[in-house]
Amino acid sequence: MTTLSDRPAGATVGIPLEHEAAALHVTGEALYTDDLVPETKNVLHAWPVQAPHAHALVTRLETAPAYDIPGVVRVLTAADVPGRNEAGVKGDEPLFPSEVMFWGHAVCWVLGETLEAARLGAAAVVADYEPLPSVLTLAEAIEHGSFQGGQPTVTRGDVETGLATSVHVFSGELELAGQEHFYLETHCSLAQVADDGSLFIQSSTQHPSETQEIVAEALGIHSHQVVVQCLRMGGGFGGKEMQPHGFAAIAALGARLTGRPVRLRLNRTQDITMSGKRHGFHAQWRVGFDPDGMLQALDVTLTSDGGWSLDLSEPVLARALCHVDNAYWIPHVRANGRIARTNKTSQTAFRGFGGPQGMLVIEDILGRCAPRLGLDPAELRRRNFYRDGHATPYGQPVRHPERLTRAWDQVRDDSDFAARSAAIEAFNAEHEHVRRGLAITPVKFGIAFNFTAFNQAGALVHVYKDGSVLINHGGTEMGQGLHTKMLQVAATTLGLPLAKVRLAPTRTDKVPNTSATAASSGADLNGGAIKDACDQILARLRPVAAKVTGVPEADVRFVDGLLAGVSWDEIVRLAYFDRIQLWAAGYYRTEGLHWDSSTMTGEPFKYFAYGAAAAEVEVDGFTGAYRTRRVDIVHDVGDSLSPLIDLGQIEGAFVQGVGWLTLEDLRWDESDGESRGRLATQAASTYKLPSFSEMPEEFNVSLLPNATEDGAVYGSKAVGEPPLMLAFSVREALRQAAAAFGPGGLGVELASPATPEAVFWAVEAARAGLDGSPREGYPGDVPDQPEGPPLRPRSERAQHELEESDA
Amino acid sequence: MSKNTATVNGMVLPLELTHANASALDWLRDQGLTGAKEGCAEGECGACSIMVARPGLEMPTEWVALNACLLPAATLVGQEVITSEGLGTPEALHPVQREMAMRGGSQCGYCTPGFVCSMAAEFYRADRHAGADGVADHGPNGFDLHALSGNLCRCTGYRPIRDAAYALGEPAVDDDFARRRELPPPGVTPGGVSAGGAELVRPASLAETLDLLAENPDAVLVAGSTDRGVEVNLRGDRPALTIAVDRLDELRQLEVGSTFVEIGAALSLTEIERMLGGAIPLIDQMNPQFASRLIRNSATLGGNLGTGSPIGDAPPALLALDASVVLASRDGEREVPLADYFTGYRQSVRRPGEIIRSVRVPVPVARITAFHKIAKRRFDDISSVAIGFALEVQDGLVTKARIGLGGVAATPIRARATEDALEGLPWTRETVESASAVLAGEGTPLDDHRASARYRSAMLGTALRKLHAEREVGEPV
Repeated sequence: MTTLSDRPAGATVGIPLEHEAAALHVTGEALYTDDLVPETKNVLHAWPVQAPHAHALVTRLETAPAYDIPGVVRVLTAADVPGRNEAGVKGDEPLFPSEVMFWGHAVCWVLGETLEAARLGAAAVVADYEPLPSVLTLAEAIEHGSFQGGQPTVTRGDVETGLATSVHVFSGELELAGQEHFYLETHCSLAQVADDGSLFIQSSTQHPSETQEIVAEALGIHSHQVVVQCLRMGGGFGGKEMQPHGFAAIAALGARLTGRPVRLRLNRTQDITMSGKRHGFHAQWRVGFDPDGMLQALDVTLTSDGGWSLDLSEPVLARALCHVDNAYWIPHVRANGRIARTNKTSQTAFRGFGGPQGMLVIEDILGRCAPRLGLDPAELRRRNFYRDGHATPYGQPVRHPERLTRAWDQVRDDSDFAARSAAIEAFNAEHEHVRRGLAITPVKFGIAFNFTAFNQAGALVHVYKDGSVLINHGGTEMGQGLHTKMLQVAATTLGLPLAKVRLAPTRTDKVPNTSATAASSGADLNGGAIKDACDQILARLRPVAAKVTGVPEADVRFVDGLLAGVSWDEIVRLAYFDRIQLWAAGYYRTEGLHWDSSTMTGEPFKYFAYGAAAAEVEVDGFTGAYRTRRVDIVHDVGDSLSPLIDLGQIEGAFVQGVGWLTLEDLRWDESDGESRGRLATQAASTYKLPSFSEMPEEFNVSLLPNATEDGAVYGSKAVGEPPLMLAFSVREALRQAAAAFGPGGLGVELASPATPEAVFWAVEAARAGLDGSPREGYPGDVPDQPEGPPLRPRSERAQHELEESDA
Repeated sequence: MSKNTATVNGMVLPLELTHANASALDWLRDQGLTGAKEGCAEGECGACSIMVARPGLEMPTEWVALNACLLPAATLVGQEVITSEGLGTPEALHPVQREMAMRGGSQCGYCTPGFVCSMAAEFYRADRHAGADGVADHGPNGFDLHALSGNLCRCTGYRPIRDAAYALGEPAVDDDFARRRELPPPGVTPGGVSAGGAELVRPASLAETLDLLAENPDAVLVAGSTDRGVEVNLRGDRPALTIAVDRLDELRQLEVGSTFVEIGAALSLTEIERMLGGAIPLIDQMNPQFASRLIRNSATLGGNLGTGSPIGDAPPALLALDASVVLASRDGEREVPLADYFTGYRQSVRRPGEIIRSVRVPVPVARITAFHKIAKRRFDDISSVAIGFALEVQDGLVTKARIGLGGVAATPIRARATEDALEGLPWTRETVESASAVLAGEGTPLDDHRASARYRSAMLGTALRKLHAEREVGEPV
């Protein structure tokens, strides 16, 4: 066991604690970026001019009329940008566009003394457009060859031979929808200029370092002249990984030009029409099984809807391709990917980051094929699980596959799966108009940024003379409880009571060059860095402590702030006078990772997180409406750093996944009319999130026991994303309930999201005896074989440069 | 000159506004009370929920949770407001706050102050009593989960919030908020608030209202402001004169008579539900499906009919009940059957200068009634299709059928052809099958983001079958 994962007796990690800011949350005292505005003097407010076209050239932009509105102070346009007119990292997202790329694209921004003045000023700006042809749907993009970025392929074995020698070959397609993040706090930045012209930007951002970089580049200044702070976010879910940068840059530009603080807070409509979402995907596939239902080959082409700019679409696609296997051993694989360019918002990171989309494809395949294979879907799934010695299609050995089986079997037992399946069969036989379904699905999810370079983190730990400890780290708090866990890690490493440790907000002048708080890796990376800093301080304190207490240096370990009856405070006080450095910068890099995007091979993940869920639903045959009666989950979080936090992540991710798969419905106007490209579901009244009515009526969640992860801090595992995909169980249960309205043995095709309407049509098809099984036969419908360039991320180009100079 | 003020968390604060329609949320936040958040600005997410002292039914005063984003701040003159900051402090948490914190009820915390206020209002509901075990959507402590149906959380998945709500006990004997209920509610202060070149006026009486309306035919009437607030927030609507009618006594009466029940147009849906006491089962069936508790705490029948939306929830139910609308103007009153009230998309027979005073529902009501709302989400959604049924079945024959439809035409409509296809026939599966084919063809449904036209028609086609399957024997609810 390594020191990293070794958990001391009496550790603070592992204790169930409420969120470190819970008392502030419930009293409304917790501050979010926009809450700083009332206490900031002379704030200007920003409002965008949003173009009412999916695709158009801006032919005239007359800002003078805005200045006739009382209270309008400044209109910001491209001409005002002193640096680079760019809001992203790929060079394809102009901060102020001359070409409108999606409905609602902001072409300029108005600053006003009040939000009302800015709004009226924006309405007064005269903008003319020359509409251009637009691409809206994935079908249109494929037809017109509208793609962007690399077109990677994961291959193993010989897929054609694998299919040709399979007893059963099926082929089909699946289109699955995207998802709006709908963090309750919309994008917000507050920018202020200091006396030396440097900028202080408070931003609701998951990636303060990148926000800082984009702001600096837009203003034509250096990174050291920009400080970005994130107090906390009212939810992020990936939506604040790339998207905040441009908004921060607008606020910074306004502050720089006016010398006054500028607040840019999007209202919900602006946020939902301007910021990127989860990618919708289209999949074409062929799959081969042997007579026992064992997967032999998978040939799949994934097309993601990237929206108007590249954004994070390439790594999202890479993760989708690396998760199309989910939990299943498939000897022969060819998984192609490509990214459509469409005239929609720039689709981006969203909890799971392509993983959910890839995994949905294989789960849909298994759910649809099981009846034709004559197998119970649960049996089909379990039979195909990875086992010891197996590797993924991209070449990573699957470590601890037995945990998957263990989680699965525990869920089956805890949920009384067999008896309830029988009871449901009896219920369905007795009820004409209501049918139930019970399904179980697995999750295997790789942890670490796919692109190796991002797997690094820093921390800054100060011990003050009175013995109190202040920690800073590069991760941001968006509700996931990262700060709570980091406090527990620091207290554990130093051997102090939790009250001795305080955590200060995330700032780029405390820890530089951080990675986004993303990929579920916040606790792994920043926990490693905090532990490193604390270990350094302890190492310096050991000789002093040994001298004072007589305990041998090697045995110095504080427990609850005491060592052999001497307090931590006392030893710290003496160490200061002994001229010992009482603060340290910690650093962590995840060891053992390697990845080559050009071949899509390597070991990109530190480990896999496993889980299984069983869900029971009841469907009303008259309407397609349904309710989730019961959900049982066993999920692998390693040795939990903070069980109450992890439980909350599992439950919350699950319900968010259920929202994506069943309820949340992004509808763009795809007609050829005036409002082509307009998002029709651009408000909470039309885009429905899960509410109390979507909460499982009975919800049992357990953490997988005996699950120490020896490659991560204190034996824990990441938890943010993986449980989202446990929600497949609900979708598969709906499929089974729909099937129960028909004669037995029918395959059921189910749209995604499986809204009540979609379920109703599935029920209707089943009642009519229509078999929704995929087409059977070799060679079947061969997926498109894209031949674009491979991925070449800049992080790997830099690594190659280093390797070449070494040589 | 006395300033307009409101009392927030015990502090008297001036109601200085940027414009006359400014929301209570914006005003509170400008005061530095940033606990209440804006999540949607249309009353869907509840992040802005606050508690307001209102006249109570069981006790002199009750704490009512409202969406501050929809509530015009100018209507708060002389009123008492509690926000999450006022309920407790980090050092001394309110019982609701303590349960939410310790059970993991907050993650990002942004929706939390709103949840806390909605939950606290239910905590203080005078007729909440333990022993509600087994009642749908109620905790053993009598907590009605629908009290939180207007609050959205994107982080937790809700289970810990439900557990917090169901773990609450009774308010302590020395609980100040509980004791406040025993005293009279804040009085209503007629008058006006002017700001930004516009005015919000609260008349003292109906007569004064009708005079104002006659002199200012373009004035906008506001009661619960659940629809107006959206116009103000999302569409930038800034009427020069807004007339608040929400507290007019003349619009707040409910009378159960021998031939009809008369419901005041400015009573909130929540008040109607409690004052009716089950007198009209169809309204009881509609109520939990009508938006959320936060909305029902303000929304009125006058508003729901006044906006004339084709997808309002009340019209299909009221059409099925053969309800009529009492319209008042300076020239007197007239009663219009609801079936004749709507004339086009958001158009009605209501003339300039007229106000909806009340809604009359004839009694006794039919024995078989039902409200079917087809929507993506069970709690707090807008209907794709809504259907109100009121069928009289005697000796196995359908003697009278009234069916109201929403979401399938430019206005709410009666399904008259279906009614004809039912009346006089036996209440059997055969009759239902043939009438369902007629019902499926009613209206002119459209495709939109909520549902396809095909699905809407299909839902009309299955609704009667569903009703029959559930009420085959013709028993009352």
